[in-house]
Amino acid sequence: MRLYRFLMLCIACAVLILTGGCVTTTSPDYSAYRAHIPKSVLVLPPLNQSVEVNAPYAYLSTITRPLAECGYYVFPVAVVDALMKENGLPTPAEMHSVSLKKIHEVFGADAVLYVTIEEYGQKYLVLSSTTVVKARASLVDVATGTTLWKGTAQAARSSGDSGGSLVGMLVTAAVAQIVNTTTDQAHMLAYQANAQMIFNDHNGLLLGPYNPGYATDTRGR
Amino acid sequence: MVSLASPLMIRRHAILAAMVAALLSLGCTPQKPLIYRWGVYEDLVYEMYAKPGSADPGTQVARLSEDITRTQAEGRRVPPGVHAHLGYMYYLQGNTGAAYQEFATERELFPESATFVNGIQQRLRKE
Repeated sequence: MRLYRFLMLCIACAVLILTGGCVTTTSPDYSAYRAHIPKSVLVLPPLNQSVEVNAPYAYLSTITRPLAECGYYVFPVAVVDALMKENGLPTPAEMHSVSLKKIHEVFGADAVLYVTIEEYGQKYLVLSSTTVVKARASLVDVATGTTLWKGTAQAARSSGDSGGSLVGMLVTAAVAQIVNTTTDQAHMLAYQANAQMIFNDHNGLLLGPYNPGYATDTRGR
Repeated sequence: MVSLASPLMIRRHAILAAMVAALLSLGCTPQKPLIYRWGVYEDLVYEMYAKPGSADPGTQVARLSEDITRTQAEGRRVPPGVHAHLGYMYYLQGNTGAAYQEFATERELFPESATFVNGIQQRLRKE
């Protein structure tokens, strides 16, 4: 019952986040970010605190598009991963421990995006199931080690949303669980979560040099 | 071919729909045209990890090359990483020359990749 209430709270939060784009909130201090605005971002394979083993790489396949559309050069995620593995760094944890000096030498990246997946995949309830994606990210300046920005990507979708009758709800839950066996639903939610985290006027990323709006983005100026 | 393509198309449309919905729900930021034509790049990255064996280097070379041709024909821009990813697939196929060329194209389009590309080309020359 406590779990149920927790999940309901999560869903409520997700709904608030989904609909709350225009609510005025205090913006973070963008001055350090503006002072060191990167041209290029290296995304390392995420650390995984969820139970879904495929989460890091499924997530990794959803981050390039929003980052690049935001205006940054994004290093090819799969090539970076392969190169690191070839150089004796088989896990995301080991990749995350590489020094910024080394990252500068090998990649020439201006900033690194470190991501930790907190939740990924399905949560089971009696009459419904909820798919959740939650990840925290921080953007670090390679030259100075300064954290330029921190954000959280999260999205949730409940299979019980469309339920009416008891039988209907049971069927909906069963179908949603089948779809989820491939983790495709969480994959789609990860796209949504990342887009919301990045393209957000209040606490999202600043527009990068490749975005046509770069010059007119006044945040942190 | 049809059985392979159609579920992919459906998923791609679903992802696109999710992204559009996500962007629309933000409300504050008016939707602008995308900077790049994305094609299958991220789908391939997903498949090579989530469904091992489903996106072998040969398949990826074919699909990315087709994608790039179409992007150019439409006068759009190829996203960051695509030429480098294609270069890596050529490398896995043993086609070092084509790999070298694709990495060079990545650097030409995105000078930010120069350090990374130069390092990789140095390794390729030793092959």
